[in-house]
Amino acid sequence: MELPAAITGWFDRRGWTIHPHQQAMLDRSGDPALLLIAPTGGGKTMAGFLPTLAELADEPRPGLHTLYVSPLKALAADIRRNLSSPIEEAGLPIRVEDRTGDTSQTQKKRQRADPPHILLTTPESLALLLSYEDAHLTFAGLQRVVVDEIHALAESKRGDQLMLALARLQSVVPGLRRVGLSATVEDPGAIAQFLARHPDPCEILHADPGPEPDIAMLPTKAAPPWGGGGGVYAIPEVLAEVKRHKTTLIFHNTRAQAEIYFHNLWLQNDESLPIGIHHGSLAREQRARVEGAMVAGELKAIVCTGSLDLGIDWGDVDLVIQVGAPKNVKRLVQRIGRANHRYNAPSKALLVPANRFEIVECVAALEAVKARSLDGDPRPQGPKDVLCQHILIAASAGPVEPDALYAEMTSAGAYARLERADFDACLDMVATGGYALRAYDRWQRLKEQGDGTWALRDPRAAQKIRMNIGTIQDTDTLKVRLKNRMGGRPLGEVEEAFAATLTKGDTFLIGGQVVRYEGLREMTVEVTRNADKPPKIATFMGTKFATSTQLTGRILDMFRDRDWAGLPAHTASWLDLQARVSKLPVRDRLLIESFPDMGREYTCVYGFAGRNAMQTLGLLVTQRMDRMDLAPIGFVSTDYAVLIWSLERLKDPAPLFAEENLREDFETWLTGNAVMKRTFKAVANVAGMLDRRTMGQTKSGRQATFSSDILYDTLLKYDPDHLLMKITREEALRGLVDFGRIEEMLDRTKGRVDHMVLDRVTPLSAPLFLEPGRVPVQGGAAERILAEETARLLAEAGLS
Amino acid sequence: MWGRLRREYFSQDEGPVSEETKTGAAMRRSVSPQGLASRPGPRLERRMNIYRFDFQGAALEALPSGALHWAEAGLLCVSDLHLCKSERMARRGGELLPPYDTRDTLARLDQDIAQTGAKIVVCLGDSFDDPWAAASLDEGDRLWLARLQAGRRWVWIEGNHDPGALGLGGEYRASLSEGPLIFRHIACERGDPGEVSGHYHPKARISARGKTMTRACFLTDGVRLMLPAYGTYTGGLSWTDPALRKLFGPAAQAFLTGPKIYAVPVPAG
Repeated sequence: MELPAAITGWFDRRGWTIHPHQQAMLDRSGDPALLLIAPTGGGKTMAGFLPTLAELADEPRPGLHTLYVSPLKALAADIRRNLSSPIEEAGLPIRVEDRTGDTSQTQKKRQRADPPHILLTTPESLALLLSYEDAHLTFAGLQRVVVDEIHALAESKRGDQLMLALARLQSVVPGLRRVGLSATVEDPGAIAQFLARHPDPCEILHADPGPEPDIAMLPTKAAPPWGGGGGVYAIPEVLAEVKRHKTTLIFHNTRAQAEIYFHNLWLQNDESLPIGIHHGSLAREQRARVEGAMVAGELKAIVCTGSLDLGIDWGDVDLVIQVGAPKNVKRLVQRIGRANHRYNAPSKALLVPANRFEIVECVAALEAVKARSLDGDPRPQGPKDVLCQHILIAASAGPVEPDALYAEMTSAGAYARLERADFDACLDMVATGGYALRAYDRWQRLKEQGDGTWALRDPRAAQKIRMNIGTIQDTDTLKVRLKNRMGGRPLGEVEEAFAATLTKGDTFLIGGQVVRYEGLREMTVEVTRNADKPPKIATFMGTKFATSTQLTGRILDMFRDRDWAGLPAHTASWLDLQARVSKLPVRDRLLIESFPDMGREYTCVYGFAGRNAMQTLGLLVTQRMDRMDLAPIGFVSTDYAVLIWSLERLKDPAPLFAEENLREDFETWLTGNAVMKRTFKAVANVAGMLDRRTMGQTKSGRQATFSSDILYDTLLKYDPDHLLMKITREEALRGLVDFGRIEEMLDRTKGRVDHMVLDRVTPLSAPLFLEPGRVPVQGGAAERILAEETARLLAEAGLS
Repeated sequence: MWGRLRREYFSQDEGPVSEETKTGAAMRRSVSPQGLASRPGPRLERRMNIYRFDFQGAALEALPSGALHWAEAGLLCVSDLHLCKSERMARRGGELLPPYDTRDTLARLDQDIAQTGAKIVVCLGDSFDDPWAAASLDEGDRLWLARLQAGRRWVWIEGNHDPGALGLGGEYRASLSEGPLIFRHIACERGDPGEVSGHYHPKARISARGKTMTRACFLTDGVRLMLPAYGTYTGGLSWTDPALRKLFGPAAQAFLTGPKIYAVPVPAG
């Protein structure tokens, strides 16, 4: 396809030439599905929109032409601004609008009746649009859909929801062409399958990946500490790099770490370099201010988390610093891409391991980046809770015909292998609750009409369904505000459970400041700046990533080969010492060390299965040790190992790690676990079995509402095979419980256990003694704490 | 202002993932419906976990389930059963919740009646989630209720959810006076001494060492007594909510339900 003169003229006036991949996108613009893999800064978005601009310049016509979907609201607004310059300057007759949760009701209503040529939106807003009866009118004539940052969407339920929505759109407009824009990923084929209508082919176009990134470990004067995270030891060197570069992004793995680091950075920032902080728990206003300052080039550095992983062309970033182990090569590569958004300039990045073990992981990650070997897990089948929600969305727009809906859903790649029986079970649950006890025959949500279609029993239910659209789980957080008469400036959010532990006068870190807790007012934590105590650390939900299978594998290979080439001398000699006094863990054997220390017996298991799986392993093993009368007291886990302390010495570890034993313990443990309850709530929300509550509704009817835990317990007792329970299990296994990685560990070690009995702490286990997050083992902990607290309260009240 | 802290569907423990905290409600629900045939005779002595207290001259016992037992009068009192809540929500176009709440609540009531051998059962109002819900009671549950009522006096106090007669056995009353005690659904502003009421679903929240525990609780200041909600699908109102504060004197006490009953002073502020 040739570019129309108006657009080539615009390119010429800017002195730009079209990139080869942009031309390729134009040439294949008639393809039913097309995936572009391009590094950040490669003109990816323009490549996605050029065919639309060209088609509309050639043949102006009213109505929706292109739908653009991105995971971030901010991105939609940003793209609208970026598109306006070619459209205005080339004088194209094209109207562009965005539609997100922030768009006004009037605007939204008008958009349904009179859609723009290009509509920029999010998966949730699109799902909402599809739930209206006039959806087929809104989307009539739609030609193209562009899915931006598809690699990020493909990792979550939001992507599954989006693909079901596209399947629905395709039924309305069969000629719809799909385009996906992705960062570098390990398996482009999987993303292509995810994007395309099954079984359509999907061509994958690769933009020039650009020069090799310039990436290294940051040399520091002080050696990193043995344990813990934070990377505070490297602050002088980090500040020197910040000074030397234009704009530096300093990435951290967790929000809490970012807060602590930012605090410490300012304590040493003698020259008052302008440095800001940005993470998902900060108030929108706070984040917007930092973003604005950054685009304006007013900041030398931003301490951040994954909140800056996606989207938005961020000014002049010329250095990325990753503090703490990268955990995952793919994400590291995407982060590195943040530095230097100019095409064909190498991205520059420095890694700052937080402790000795992380040095090893950083070296492994550097090699993986050099080898361009990315990691990732194969995409699981599309989750059924999203499917349930989609049935409800479809039914809100009008009666649904099960055969047609099933055919439509299986045209989404993630649901291509969906069994009809599973679909029917979902339809049944959405319609009747799907309980073994058929209680709601009269009050079904969906009813079969005489003609074989299913419709809402009460059409007013559509309103409620719309309010519950989406798959993003709000964590239970409370807003934090500075206390004053005007209501106070919003600072951000903390977890409700954390807020519950605060008493007046306690101090904590948020947005880089130490604040003093004053009290709660209407679901808001009120704070002042009168802090006079060292801060407690606010706990933020955020995502806690486990080190990828590829990275742990590379580390184990380094140990096998004794390849210390990339390691500093202190780390190499530490590992040599470990090899002398005990053994180094290797891929196909499970190393377990037992040794006494300070009157306790320790067992260290080097499972290398990632933090979530190692935590689960710790829970399971201590349970069995308890039954073996070894009196386990507690344990602590990292991505690599779990360290257990007990009163009795473990003599024979083999039965502990027998697959059938672990599996049996796991089954019993899982059903009663808090992870399951948390997962259940999320699944029930998404599947439309439990309404999502909004803050406004909270104040009324307090006594009438109750915890979703009660529903979980009730189902467990009376209907344990209910579909929601099955979905919950599938989810929990993948997520925090991560039993899959335990199985992978068992599979590669095949019962080959090396048990080293030693008389003292080993070099490799020593850092675990410094690790935070110890888990006590006694089952009755809550009861004991309650009893003690009662006694204390009584004593305080003079009643004992 | 702990009262503001609770949020719908979030009222229970939110401790660290690894540390499972059983709530009072969860414990209460762990009663199995099997083997609950009523056996005669007071068997409470065998159960260590009751909390005995004196209230307006009556020797009362708070049971871990949230029921109140007055041994001398042979009276068992439970409040806010909210039977058929799931049915009502479905009927009103709400969520299709697991329809097992009624049988679960009845199973616990069955056990408490069997263990106390009560001669009088007082349901302190909001026994059904609404008057139509009572009509929807399925045949099995209706028979179960009739069996519980057989051979004892059964008093339904009317509540705001279930005013008037419901067409089930037993007496229907606005309130009931027995000795020094007066049973009614909603506590009176003027505060009659000896008043036993429900309605508010009081709930205690205790945070210590990074763990937060929430338990349904009894509240009393020696003048009045309030019962926790007994029904399976019930939430709660924080013990420090202003609505509760204004009903009780400054030295109010809470008895926390759960595996073991704890008596705790209601915190100030």
